[in-house]
Amino acid sequence: MAFVQNFPFFSIVLSMFAGTVSSVLPQKPAKYLNTAVICIVGTMSAVLLGFTLQTGESFTYMMGHFPAPWGNEIRAGVLEAAMALFFCIIMLLSLLGGRKKLLGEVEITKHNLYYILINLLLSSLLALIYTNDLFTAYVFVEINTISACGLIMIRENGRTIEAAVRYMIMSLLGSGLLLIGICMLYDLTGHLLMSNIREAVAQIVAEGTYSMPLLVTIALISVGLAIKSALFPFHSWLPDAYGYSTVSSAAILSSLVSKGYVFLLIKIFYRVIGFSIIRESKIIDVLFLFGLAGIIFGSLSAIKENDIRRMIAFSSVAQIGYIYMGIGLGTDVGMIASVFHIIAHAATKSLLFVAAIGLTDVSGGSRKFIDLTGAAYRNKVAGVAFTVGSLSMVGVPVFAGFISKFLFANAAVYNSGKMLPALVVLSISTILNAIYFMKTVIRIYTPAKTDYPCITWKQEKLYAVTMVLFMILNIILGMGSQPIVDLIQQGLSTFA
Amino acid sequence: MDMTRIRPDEEVKKGFAARFHNWLYGAEDPVCGHVEMMPQKEFIEEENSILERQKEKEELRKHIYDTEHNREIRVFRVFYKVMSVIFCISLIGVLLVTVSNLPSVGTAERPVNNEVSARYIEKGIQETGAVNIVTGMILDYRAFDTFGESNVLFIATCTVLILLRLDGDSKQKEDAEANDRIYEPKNDIILQKIARILVPLIIIFGIYIILNGHLSPGGGFSGGAIIGAGLILYLNAFGFAKTERFFTEKTYKWICFCSLSFYCIAKSYSFFTGANHLESGIPLGTPGAILSSGLILPLNICVGLVVACTMYAFYALFRKGGF
Repeated sequence: MAFVQNFPFFSIVLSMFAGTVSSVLPQKPAKYLNTAVICIVGTMSAVLLGFTLQTGESFTYMMGHFPAPWGNEIRAGVLEAAMALFFCIIMLLSLLGGRKKLLGEVEITKHNLYYILINLLLSSLLALIYTNDLFTAYVFVEINTISACGLIMIRENGRTIEAAVRYMIMSLLGSGLLLIGICMLYDLTGHLLMSNIREAVAQIVAEGTYSMPLLVTIALISVGLAIKSALFPFHSWLPDAYGYSTVSSAAILSSLVSKGYVFLLIKIFYRVIGFSIIRESKIIDVLFLFGLAGIIFGSLSAIKENDIRRMIAFSSVAQIGYIYMGIGLGTDVGMIASVFHIIAHAATKSLLFVAAIGLTDVSGGSRKFIDLTGAAYRNKVAGVAFTVGSLSMVGVPVFAGFISKFLFANAAVYNSGKMLPALVVLSISTILNAIYFMKTVIRIYTPAKTDYPCITWKQEKLYAVTMVLFMILNIILGMGSQPIVDLIQQGLSTFA
Repeated sequence: MDMTRIRPDEEVKKGFAARFHNWLYGAEDPVCGHVEMMPQKEFIEEENSILERQKEKEELRKHIYDTEHNREIRVFRVFYKVMSVIFCISLIGVLLVTVSNLPSVGTAERPVNNEVSARYIEKGIQETGAVNIVTGMILDYRAFDTFGESNVLFIATCTVLILLRLDGDSKQKEDAEANDRIYEPKNDIILQKIARILVPLIIIFGIYIILNGHLSPGGGFSGGAIIGAGLILYLNAFGFAKTERFFTEKTYKWICFCSLSFYCIAKSYSFFTGANHLESGIPLGTPGAILSSGLILPLNICVGLVVACTMYAFYALFRKGGF
């Protein structure tokens, strides 16, 4: 076995160990440790990606001395390695961009706790990406939920506490449904290992027994993960959680935490149940409908919003809708579009959150649109970055958002039944996106005489560098999309 | 010979590079005043209209919050209740029907009775060295899950620390201290006498359960909870002044750190050797002896320590926001 094949295991354990070590470290060392861990994990994922691209297939890794159905197992392929690499990049950039804000918003004595949460969140995301065992997935979903809750409420004011409580209730409901689903699946198949469940499920479907419990199980798992990733009717926890938490938390929550659950759902569809059975079960049609509704209602709520952070948060509801729409198309092309959108949206949404904080900081901390007038002249880097993010969200070529919209439209054409609604909603939502994002861009570039201080990039070098990196990432995703799409395609073909 | 063409200063200042440099360093924006974008006119309200609006708002408020006479709200509340009851009942119905359709419990043909559980039961003792199969399963066969589970506990305490630990503000701390004095039973003779007998027993029982985790029912989680309960009883009887002599936040931090680190390093070693098909070199011992079953005993001790500290920490934090 090649040494590189140990890397998934190393990344998970390293980030968990860093969480433990952070508990006895003061603020600064904890910060550096966290940055180092994310960089190391990112590098390892990149090497692993190279390795898996070379071999062209995924491999399993035994966690301990006992082989798979008895012991735990993780599995890595092209898609997993690419996701891990990408999550590390986004997490690092989000943390760098919000670092200065963190100092002001979180008590200095609690910073090491913040980094514990971040490290464990990273480990849980990695475990969700790599796991090949349904129960391991559940354990790490728990870690993910609790750390996300902590990330919201660590900025202790009334609104974040309320948002965290709301998030906790909704998210635990989702976990509960997921757990019930996993229990039933275990009862039906007698396995927790994903590939073994798939064989047993295929047998159940062939025999025609237990079709009703199987359907309920698929529904429970889908709804549970949909609640946790804020699909439209279950999104009520989202605007407050993203709108009031400290900026790094908001960026990480919107771009990574909810995406981790979507990735788990895709994994369950492909590897646990089997995509053909999912397609026949009509569950994806429900997801498709909710996705479409989410796109429209999320955008409409964003237009109504008078608070820039909450507006971006509502836009997330719409973007999650896109991802579920792609899954709901029920084709491999649709799935590729969804996975690309997971990446594109994560890159863009974290950019928008971090840029918005730069704009509100030069507007006296107010997030009302009236106060943001001319903010882009006062913080130029943030202004340009916000414009880039907005254009990407609207779907202007050169930027990442265009490619995902193009892929969605392309995928819709391949599904004759769902083509019309998908294309209509796609075009409506592009207009709606343009309305609220361009409104904001025009607002921040409208000259205004104010007493608020200007900030040049020299005063906040780290922030400016982060924003530039974010923009470069966005343009890379937009311009060099073909290799990434090929990579996703190759990854999905060996994913099941 | 003159290789470079020196441009006049004027031209350079008008050039793109110079303007970009100025823009980057915070000079007045070139588009300001040239682009046709009118600044938004602030809407200034007259005093009369403000008063009118306030009045309207108040009336509206009265109307909205007058729930007794607002028909829409009443209807909505009834509708909400009815719908939630219907939803819950239908969900319960679906789940009950599903459960009744699952493979029936107790029959030999259940899918759960397969090669996985067969190996646990038949070879469990031989492969893990633990007489208690459940412990062998959670700490050896599926140790990765259990490691995740102990991290769930750890992160739960971290979030409680974020919420309840009082840092910095000494006034808040004093208030918490004063409040605690009110609720704390002060030198309650009965409680102290009973605690003096019970606490050692409880803690020894907890230690027994942890140390015999691989031989009899129990283990780190249950034993740790019992020790934690003993510590809480001790705290209630004798107060923070006594417990702080041996258990402060520092103790808590270092115990948790050491046990989780040991767990992490030991299990990583075992995972790494297992996955790379190397000999781990950890002896399993004779099943049934107290020093047997490889890493399970030390891991049980680690889990027990973490759980005991966590229980105590939760209690202390909820009571006065510190140790």
